[in-house]
Amino acid sequence: MSRLFRTIQLGLKNLLLHKLRSALTMLGIVFGVFSVIAMLAIGEGASQQAQKQVLELGATNIIVISQKPAEGSKNNNANTSVLTYGLLRDDYRRIRETVNTIVDATPIREFSQPARYLHRNMDIRLVGCTANYYSVNHLKMQSGRFISDRDQEDTANVCVIGHEVAKTLFPGEEPRGKAVRIGQVFYSIVGVTDHRTASAAIGGSLSGQDYDKDIYIPLETLRARIGDEVMIVQAGSRSSEKVELSQITFRVGKAEDVVATANVIRETLAKYHADKQDVDLIVPLELLEQAEMLKRIFNLVLGSIALISLIVGGIGIMNIMLATVTERTREIGIRRALGAKQTDITQQFLTETSVLAGIGGLLGVGLGLSTPYAFAMIRWIAERAFLNQSSKSGSRMFEMFSGLEPVVSVWSLALAFGISVAIGIVFGIYPARSAARLDPIEALRHE
Amino acid sequence: MNLAAELIGLEKHYDLGPVVVKALRGVTTQFAEGDFIAIMGASGSGKSTMLNLLGGLDRPTHGRYLLGGEDVSQLDDNELSQIRNKRIGFIFQSYNLIPQYTVLENIEVPLHYRPGYPAISAADRRWCAELASRVGLEDRLDHRPTQLSGGQQQRVAIARSMVNDPDIILADEPTGNLDTATEEEIMLLLHQLNREGRTIIMVTHEEPVALQARRRIIMKDGVIHKEDFGQHLPEEIAVQLPA
Repeated sequence: MSRLFRTIQLGLKNLLLHKLRSALTMLGIVFGVFSVIAMLAIGEGASQQAQKQVLELGATNIIVISQKPAEGSKNNNANTSVLTYGLLRDDYRRIRETVNTIVDATPIREFSQPARYLHRNMDIRLVGCTANYYSVNHLKMQSGRFISDRDQEDTANVCVIGHEVAKTLFPGEEPRGKAVRIGQVFYSIVGVTDHRTASAAIGGSLSGQDYDKDIYIPLETLRARIGDEVMIVQAGSRSSEKVELSQITFRVGKAEDVVATANVIRETLAKYHADKQDVDLIVPLELLEQAEMLKRIFNLVLGSIALISLIVGGIGIMNIMLATVTERTREIGIRRALGAKQTDITQQFLTETSVLAGIGGLLGVGLGLSTPYAFAMIRWIAERAFLNQSSKSGSRMFEMFSGLEPVVSVWSLALAFGISVAIGIVFGIYPARSAARLDPIEALRHE
Repeated sequence: MNLAAELIGLEKHYDLGPVVVKALRGVTTQFAEGDFIAIMGASGSGKSTMLNLLGGLDRPTHGRYLLGGEDVSQLDDNELSQIRNKRIGFIFQSYNLIPQYTVLENIEVPLHYRPGYPAISAADRRWCAELASRVGLEDRLDHRPTQLSGGQQQRVAIARSMVNDPDIILADEPTGNLDTATEEEIMLLLHQLNREGRTIIMVTHEEPVALQARRRIIMKDGVIHKEDFGQHLPEEIAVQLPA
């Protein structure tokens, strides 16, 4: 023990002899360790973000969405056409009534529309929904109330608007009690939902959703006022789509029933939609598993990239140690003459590299702990630099970026530090061995 | 008469590929305990090779080397390292101190490699300081070699050579880099050590220095060419030595 302490002391002393050289060599390891920790933290943060989003969808939920069929199956006559596809109210009824593991279900019909108040207008997502949409999607109210069952029965012309809609259409005003115009119809506002961070797209099957740009109206009102058919004007051609329901979210009572229930729903839908392939099933629980796998791949890729910089740091150590051995050949000869064994010399140099890498590792860990702050700073700069020029797709990317919080986990600190010390030893072995193998007589003669 | 060391038919060959250089071609001699021996000879005569073998820095190709009655000619590297540590004290022409160490730390170096690696105790430190004061450096303990004169550096080396109480002190041209006055000081120290009963084997090519030894071995072409006995101490040294 005292011997180890002595060797470490000796190593430190020799490193302090060349402060700048040691510091520069160490820097390679410092940044290597830092990048390993930072990369793993970003990977972990991304995975936690994905998990959170999946859980926001509800781990016990099964979501069925209408999907526009592929080009080929579309009857493409002339400039105008009515495309009929998607979930039917019958689908909803069939599943709701026959599958008894489902405890709740909320159907919606949604499409993009411009909304208007006075001279202000905005593209919004109009969502026809039922009262339980609120609890299923974990929405929160900023003021007022959400759509109620009573509104459904009355087919009332009421709406609840999203946070950003309120900000854009009613800047500095109280939206409640006012009426917003969508299409030709006015809806009186009964509530405003609280701000909610947009969710990113998950696994390619579910697009990201920005709840702040929503306007909710009762599903029955939407059916009565607008109907199933919606006209879309796009690139000079007009097309109509007839969709009864855009999405149904089923809630299953117990988590262990989710997969089985999903299969039943899938089979039921297949009977009526087999030839069209116009519905898709999203099971957040399955997505959760995908997200787990994604996280592992993410960690592996990012970690490997960071590892390369750590290895470069190791090469730096080896390079400097080889130079040191040449420089200290005489000293090695003296020590050998005075009784040092080859193992003593190996140990001396190996301790030096390990101390170098160890201290570098510790500094790197310290720097790694600051990852969230560093990331926040980069984000702050990015927000100021790119805010004005963000295109629509860019802003989507940006929301993903801004929602990402790097998570520094303890195991990544331990791993990065461990690897740094291991690299110190691995890259120290060769110089240390070559020092020990020097012929003492030759070494003593070295000038 | 006890023998400090004995060489029996010692040979050392260096295989340089196309040629084999025979640096030693069969040296047989005995070194009595407490003797003061000077080894002389032109360069290439084999005297350095002999010193390396005596110091356990190298192994003979043929022959035996008995150190205190024990055959050390075929020991492995680790065992030879221990022999160097415990039983040999080295003094070099160019002092060979470790530049980043202080006087005291330089004297301590052999203690770091004692068998079993015991920690350096307070008693060890006192012993090193005592050795330093014995060579007249008690007020220079914290100096580094670069802050010392050549003579002072050589004194540090002499103190270091005694730290593990060796059987033999090997001195390789100990006064080769020093002026006459300093040479005298160093020789006086060696004589004092010798009077305490230490065996000293010294390689030198300076006749006056060699004459101060009790026995001279003159090497030529890898064998002992001539031997010569009798100590001729200069008066300055003789008056300072105890009887």
